[in-house]
Amino acid sequence: MARVKLDNYALPQAPRLGFRGWLRWIWRQVTSMRVALILLLLLALGAIPGSVLPQAPREPAKAAQFLENNGWWATALQRAGFLDVYGSAWFTAIYVLLFASLIGCIIPRCFAHYRAMREPVSPAPSKLSRYELSAARETGDAPSDSVGLVAKALRPNPGFWGAFTGYRVRVDERKGGAVALAAEKGHIRELGNLIFHVSLVGILICVGFGAAFTYRGQAIIVEGRSFTNSVVAYDSFESGRLFSEDRLEPFTLRLDEFHSQFSLGGRPESFAADVTLTEPGRDAREATIKVNSPLKVSGASIYLQGNGYALDLTFTDAAGNVAFSGPVIFLPQDAAYTSTGVLKVPDVSTGEQVGIKATLLPTAVGEGTEFISLHPDPTNPVIVFTAYTGDLGLDDGIPQNVYKLDETHLSPVRGEDGQQAVMVLTPGQTIELPEDAGTLTWNDTVRYAALDLRADPSLPFLLAFSITALLGLALSLFGARRRVWVIATPASASGDAGAPATLIQGAVLAPPHDTVKATAELERAMAAVNRQEEDA
Amino acid sequence: MTAQSLSLAALWGACILYAIAMFGYSIRLAREADVRTQAKRLVTAGGPAEDAAPAAASGSEKLPKSAVKALGIARSATTVGFVLNAIGVAARGVEAKHVPWSDMYEYTITGAMIAVGVFLIVQRKRDVTFLGAGVVGLATLALGLGLAVLYDEAKSLPPALQSIWLIIHVSIATICTGIFAVAFIVTALQLLKDYRDSGTSRTEWTRGRALRFLEAVPTPAVLEALAFRLIAVGFVLWTFTVMAGAIWAEHAWGRYWGWDPKEVWSFVIWVIYAAYLHARTTQGWAGRKSAYLALVGFAALIINFTLVNFVFQGLHTYANG
Repeated sequence: MARVKLDNYALPQAPRLGFRGWLRWIWRQVTSMRVALILLLLLALGAIPGSVLPQAPREPAKAAQFLENNGWWATALQRAGFLDVYGSAWFTAIYVLLFASLIGCIIPRCFAHYRAMREPVSPAPSKLSRYELSAARETGDAPSDSVGLVAKALRPNPGFWGAFTGYRVRVDERKGGAVALAAEKGHIRELGNLIFHVSLVGILICVGFGAAFTYRGQAIIVEGRSFTNSVVAYDSFESGRLFSEDRLEPFTLRLDEFHSQFSLGGRPESFAADVTLTEPGRDAREATIKVNSPLKVSGASIYLQGNGYALDLTFTDAAGNVAFSGPVIFLPQDAAYTSTGVLKVPDVSTGEQVGIKATLLPTAVGEGTEFISLHPDPTNPVIVFTAYTGDLGLDDGIPQNVYKLDETHLSPVRGEDGQQAVMVLTPGQTIELPEDAGTLTWNDTVRYAALDLRADPSLPFLLAFSITALLGLALSLFGARRRVWVIATPASASGDAGAPATLIQGAVLAPPHDTVKATAELERAMAAVNRQEEDA
Repeated sequence: MTAQSLSLAALWGACILYAIAMFGYSIRLAREADVRTQAKRLVTAGGPAEDAAPAAASGSEKLPKSAVKALGIARSATTVGFVLNAIGVAARGVEAKHVPWSDMYEYTITGAMIAVGVFLIVQRKRDVTFLGAGVVGLATLALGLGLAVLYDEAKSLPPALQSIWLIIHVSIATICTGIFAVAFIVTALQLLKDYRDSGTSRTEWTRGRALRFLEAVPTPAVLEALAFRLIAVGFVLWTFTVMAGAIWAEHAWGRYWGWDPKEVWSFVIWVIYAAYLHARTTQGWAGRKSAYLALVGFAALIINFTLVNFVFQGLHTYANG
């Protein structure tokens, strides 16, 4: 960082900085605008890889695949944190330094601004001729009275609040009876700036606070079934470090019916889950959860995140005993809801365990065992499946993905031709598997909803800080910065003895784009003098 | 006439009118530049140097008739083009039965309309004729690309987009894109003008005949002030866009921020423009360097709209179809 110069800072002739000196030097660097700027650019640059490379927290499967496909350099990227950019040490370092810089910058500025707000306005220049004068006015009032009127017009509310909303005003009596008024506004820009930056710190604190207390669980509920809110009931559950299970209220949610509507072309048009919610000690109530309208329940929200078909299947083993009966979840793989599902039957009364891999085609078109689905609605549902026998690997005690069949200890069920048998099943039908493996019956097709329950106690605070940040930002960029001077000179100077008039002259100083408005404001204020006369 | 054919006809009309307006503004700019160059030469040959500024300033009064006519044509073409653009956007909304900014095509035609609208609004307050060619040219390009490449039939909204936040979040994002586009033109002119005035050998290329039109463009300082005002408005609105997006994400997906590629790039854009605002007030960064940041910010905005939609996978992918 060759551009960072020591002589920017008040360190006269300091050959040895010493430990504290170095600390102070580092702090000054960190809080300097140039370093803040570099950190901002680093933050932007550092965020980009996260949109290009698969990120482990967001899409773990893709990240794993990426590692598998790309050999050593993918591993190197992973080690360097590029597969979890936003949790990596270097990204954290950038934003922590940036916020350190921000806080170090903001605190002294808060004090400085407080002092500046209390400091008197600097007096008007002795002559206004250097500035573009607004139209002069004459009045019969004494200079001090007329300046008083202008001051009141510039700051209608004299209290503390007036300093925020109007001008801060100073009036000086000059030699020869002239009265000079100096008024300024523009503190609101700095105030807005400070509010904005403090709000950013607030947002960061909220995000951290939220991450510690948040929890999120995912559950798939089949139509007609219920779910009770507890950690074990979720298919997956994540929570922050300070979350405790007592915070989960044991309500029960029943999915009564799931509605979906697709266009003729198969585009989704609406999804709605009709549910019955029973909270402890309260009457059950019915509600509908939609994609953009979550259900609020005891500090958490339940979101509709996905849906699909569940097939009510019955598997009868070789001995004729029912080894499995119930809904099997099929996960949609494409827009036409071509879905895959897995049925694991460990509890056979005789022979080996059975596993079935099936593909559901809601609107199947095709012949033999080759089908495609044309539409997500179940107009002509068909499943195409293959079966396996052997050891499902469920007894190892290692948790398994319920949607995947571990084929390591399984052998495919083969047909008479010696090839793996591919079978087709339609609703209501029963099919006998080759090799006497058993029979499979498709009883019914129902919908399921994938629901997410999430609570983040920081949300209201986050919203509040976001609003103040936005307001502060708008104030800091659009707040007007104006200086106004008005000088009232007594009549004797004009030499007209008949009409004792006071000459009032005014000028404004404002940025070029604002000059017209500022001048108009001054002229309105100066008009107060004449209005007084009209009234009289 | 169906809403669809009305929309397409109006938008093609707007595209052609914008192209005509672009030529009009270019001719006007070239003529004005000629007059100013001549005035400069006369002054440097005959009178003392102090007269140079007023002579150049009053140059616009002695413009040839063709320049006045060109500006007239350009202005009317822009105004009528804007009206047609608005009709095209509205008809698309009627055809689709939802707000016309739910896919890339709709976003492009609305964005072009906003950019020209911003130009027309600024035009009412001050003379920004020099911006005309750039803004209207950009709008021609956007409309042409939209109609020829991005066009997609109007579709019903998928459940994820059925929200009041589509109206709020995406409309403000579109407005931001329009504002940042105009600011981009101003900044590009500022840099070119600055190069042309600087006289170093590295910027020699800006003093050729092709960029003669820069003579008719205000000083870099004036352009910088204008670009800043536009970016300031754009930045506040972009902040709002990101916040509204976070609120919507919280409603639809159950998390306010998930580092989805669209979110990443929106954040990157925000940080770059924030850096621009800081750079303006930092010693050694004001002027050219901060202007570079403004250009980088707009580049990120374009990447967010194109690359992120087409290449990166994310939750915002419905945007391209």
